[in-house]
Amino acid sequence: MRYSCSVNVGPARFRIGSDWRAPIDQLNALYCDYPQTQNVADFTVRLEATSFWRRYVRPSVMISGDFMLPDAAPVALQHGLLAAEMGMNLQMALGWRRHLLLHASAVSRNGKTLIMTGHSGSGKSTLSAMLGERGWRFMGDEFVLIDPDRGMTQPFPRLVSLKNQAIDAMQRDVVDQLRFGPLLKSTPKGDIRHFRPQKSAIEQMDRPSEPALLLYPRFGYDRAIRPVGKDESFVRLTQASTNYVALGEKGFSSLTRLVNHLPTMALDYQNGAEAVEMVERLWAEYVA
Amino acid sequence: MSTGWLVARTLRDPLTTATFDVRDWQNLIAAARSLSLIGSVAERLRGLDLPENVARILDDVRGSSALIRRQALWEAECARMALAQYNGKVVLMKGTAYVAAGMQAGMGRSIGDLDIMVDHTDLDKVEAIILQAGWEWVKPDPYDDHYYRTWMHELPPLIHRSRDRMIDVHHTTLPLTARQTPDAKAMLADAVRLENGLYVMGDTDMLCHAVAHLLADGDLAGGMRNLWDVHCLVGEFVERGEAFWPELQERAALHGLSRHVARALRLAHALYGTEIDRSLAGRPRWADRLYLRRVTAVNGWGQKTRPFLRQAFYIRSHYLRMPPLMLMRHLWTKWRKKH
Repeated sequence: MRYSCSVNVGPARFRIGSDWRAPIDQLNALYCDYPQTQNVADFTVRLEATSFWRRYVRPSVMISGDFMLPDAAPVALQHGLLAAEMGMNLQMALGWRRHLLLHASAVSRNGKTLIMTGHSGSGKSTLSAMLGERGWRFMGDEFVLIDPDRGMTQPFPRLVSLKNQAIDAMQRDVVDQLRFGPLLKSTPKGDIRHFRPQKSAIEQMDRPSEPALLLYPRFGYDRAIRPVGKDESFVRLTQASTNYVALGEKGFSSLTRLVNHLPTMALDYQNGAEAVEMVERLWAEYVA
Repeated sequence: MSTGWLVARTLRDPLTTATFDVRDWQNLIAAARSLSLIGSVAERLRGLDLPENVARILDDVRGSSALIRRQALWEAECARMALAQYNGKVVLMKGTAYVAAGMQAGMGRSIGDLDIMVDHTDLDKVEAIILQAGWEWVKPDPYDDHYYRTWMHELPPLIHRSRDRMIDVHHTTLPLTARQTPDAKAMLADAVRLENGLYVMGDTDMLCHAVAHLLADGDLAGGMRNLWDVHCLVGEFVERGEAFWPELQERAALHGLSRHVARALRLAHALYGTEIDRSLAGRPRWADRLYLRRVTAVNGWGQKTRPFLRQAFYIRSHYLRMPPLMLMRHLWTKWRKKH
């Protein structure tokens, strides 16, 4: 392909090829703190023009690679960075087998992990980014990787993808503007701006930590905390996992271990500050 | 050397990877994935001393091959249970057959749908049972349905309601519009019974079917994978005894596929060094080179290359499937539906 780069996130290495220069430049700028290895990449992602002339006229990006969705809709070139991120996520979701993958976010403190999962819009991603700026180690806002043999969580601290109101909230929090990517207006997922985690989180992306608390946050509801039963938690986690079936027995044993050992709570909240305070309290009560 | 050839050479002689650098590995893996040959590559490289990350990637591939295999066998078992009351033969085809019969061609092979063949006269009966057992139509369009039933070698595809897996119920191996008419009755009569009561085709029929699927139907999009099937099948059948080549010759003639079998043997030999009977394979033809260029059309990013050649083979596939007048009527109907 005409332009390309490689990116390491946690245990995975991606090779990204593109028909255009812009998405590669943006990736290089945003992933500048991430370590590089010279290994063979685990996954290839391609950003291709939907047809030859669409490379130049109203350019539109088709996301493909080792693993593809048959009828994925193309994305406008100005959203090329989003396309690259979606491509990488897709490879992980469909192809990664070394860990149990949960569609969830995670932060850690003193070697213990807080896992947060929920539907999109639940605020799990924003919450992990906020905690990452408040003394927690950011471990990932999209996938939580569980080692099937030892049960540890492996960091996957890719760029945070901030959506809509979360963009302003984080910009108020963070001084260093170079950590933000370009504002991608009205993408299929709304306004999006990518955000690079703190350097320390990236430096520690090879260091696993032990799961200690599992939360199901829900944004936009009156403040409430409710314990979640093992049965409910098990079912929700099977739905949140992209490779539970593919891992077979290992997937089942990893998931049941999590469900059996972790204190689990549902947490409703009205705003970020409130959620952070509730998380700190639960952490003090159940973990620290 | 195109990346397609790099994949072929790796399958043919895995030790040639000893000189690979990072870039070669990267190209091999991406191209093999794109050609649906990554599972076969992982099997061939099993046990070799590989760079650490390559070894990890191929371990994952073997893990997913094991899953594919288990799911294919389970799907076959579900069909067997559903069709327990049917007393005709249910013959497994392609990937599922290779896996169920424990053949080399099944090792690491990608398997999508479940393909089975039953006697043409029992088609209505089998269809009713399958529908009863939870499979549903994928294409509710009346023209498509009519087209399948009148001209195709299989029922319109069905998908299982809860398991989300497709089944193709065949009554022969090529569309009825194709120029060759393989003898489906003979294939059924000589099918071999497996322990679980399902059947697979006899050796030479199995090879003829793989060849028909490759050269008399379709645009060779999965050509390298199908030729690897041919390579593995020939290798295994030759081991079983000398009688294989004369039997193949006779059977290919019965199905009207002699020319196709000859070409498939030549192509497999060129790509994978398959041991072949020269008298059966015949002399190399000029067009063989076009076929080889077509099937190896992939680059190190896993992209398909040589668009014009691919397009030409695509047009050829339609020309093979039906006479020109019928093709025009078909395309006209399809076009009208779109607009």
